[in-house]
Amino acid sequence: MQNIEHRAQSTDIKKRIALNKLWDYIFLATGLVSTLAGLVLLFALMTNLFIDGSQRLSYKFLTAFPSRFPEEAGILSAWVGTFLLMLVTAFAAIPLGVAAGIYLEEYAGKNWLTDIIEINIANLAGVPSIIYGLLALGMFVYFFKFGESVLTGGLALALLILPMVIMATREAIRAIPNSIREASYALGATKWQTVWWHIIPYSTGGILTGIIIGLSRAIGETAPIITVGALTFIAFLPAAPVSAEFPFISFKWLFDPFTVMPIQIFNWVSRPQQGFHINAAAAGIVLLCMTLFMNAAAIYIRYKFRKRIKW
Amino acid sequence: MTMLTTELKAEAENLNFYYGSVQALKNINLSVERRKVTALIGPSGCGKTTFLRCFNRMHDLYPHNRYEGRIILYPDKINIISPEIDPIEVRMQISMVFQKPNPFPKSIYENVAYGLRVRGISKKGILDEAVEKSLRGAALWEEVKDRLNSLAVDLSGGQQQRLCIARALATDPRILLFDEPTSALDPTATSKIEELIIELKNEVTIIIVTHNMQQAARVSDYTAFMYLGEIIEFDKTDKIFTAPSSRLTEEYITGRFG
Repeated sequence: MQNIEHRAQSTDIKKRIALNKLWDYIFLATGLVSTLAGLVLLFALMTNLFIDGSQRLSYKFLTAFPSRFPEEAGILSAWVGTFLLMLVTAFAAIPLGVAAGIYLEEYAGKNWLTDIIEINIANLAGVPSIIYGLLALGMFVYFFKFGESVLTGGLALALLILPMVIMATREAIRAIPNSIREASYALGATKWQTVWWHIIPYSTGGILTGIIIGLSRAIGETAPIITVGALTFIAFLPAAPVSAEFPFISFKWLFDPFTVMPIQIFNWVSRPQQGFHINAAAAGIVLLCMTLFMNAAAIYIRYKFRKRIKW
Repeated sequence: MTMLTTELKAEAENLNFYYGSVQALKNINLSVERRKVTALIGPSGCGKTTFLRCFNRMHDLYPHNRYEGRIILYPDKINIISPEIDPIEVRMQISMVFQKPNPFPKSIYENVAYGLRVRGISKKGILDEAVEKSLRGAALWEEVKDRLNSLAVDLSGGQQQRLCIARALATDPRILLFDEPTSALDPTATSKIEELIIELKNEVTIIIVTHNMQQAARVSDYTAFMYLGEIIEFDKTDKIFTAPSSRLTEEYITGRFG
């Protein structure tokens, strides 16, 4: 009698398990479809871009200025502008962001003020980029009179990625075990000695990764750059940073007008002629390659540092 | 051990310690003798590590911690927990070896040299000499002398802990603190560290926290039994383990609680 009851119970359990597992399968299918949807779309997009643009990709395309004739137009001013802008962005955002991250993690006490700062930095990361453009327009163009220049554009993008750099720095620092800090302090090190000899070297991998990911976001930004007044058609390069005469290094390029890749692409896409659309696709490939290259660098750096820093 | 050769190295007087509003140490009185091993034993949460970390002011690294009373360091007779004394000054004289080996992810050489670098010493000759002397002191030199530039984290756990001892020795400390130094190690590595501790007391005063009573019995000259933030009994190790005066001590060392 008891035996029969027992068996009945066990078939119930089997049914229950089968039902429970059904949800596993349902989610498995949904998850797979969702994942593939992203991948397939991305792949289709890239293939489309490549098919359209590859016919225009050539050395000439990279070394020519924009032109009224699509076949003769190139992206020289655009990629040089993008490169210089990234340089300014990196030079401004890295020291500020890393210093702020180190301060917040290692120096700042935990009180309501640092809580507010923390919340605000997280909020800043979510501010639409056009707002940064407006800020830069008011501050750098009108107030500091930097003009509609490489400097202004670079600083606008630096503001945009500053929260990302700060957060990446903080996360990298937080990954360092507290036992390492204690080991350093126990030997009589000051805070700065601990930061300089341990915190910075051990978090460099994470910080660099964050910086590169920030820069690869900045490289595609259009709205803030248009807001600060980048030109859409520009057939000359900013002044060269090095020259043959004394003092050999010149910073005049910082104050020159510029254009960048996304603006160039936008400009070409909005033209009626089919030829320019091909140019836009080709420029898109170049921009995509720049971004992929930066992301690959980030992955490589992370891998290299992970191998070297073990706890 | 004759009373004539003994000499006081440090003395805790009416020491109270608070984590915020929680009192972790209650009216601690204890004297540490020069070039002897003093062991702190007791069940988890009894405050032995908290007490140990008072000696090098590790509590100052975190907010809301508060000391009361005094810990006098001899022969200078300074109160090392006084707010007027810079914790860094204290840590430069009193080194610490932690529970889990915590070498820096740097070379063996740089790990040992770090304490000297902190003091602004960067002459290679001086560093080389100190690194060798400390590694010899920590019985690690023979094992690592050919690979001083390889990463410290590639050493075994026991070697890492001896490296941490060498790192602590390099700055010629007046007191060496051990916080359960063998709890993360296997028996072989543990006995090596214990031998080393007995060896080291010829040069340096040692205070060791241990959850392992046999270890306390093997390595220490004096033992303090702590319970709920108080010192229940403090005496020569032989006395504590053979004829404890307190019933609580006896129950703990015979394994009836803890």
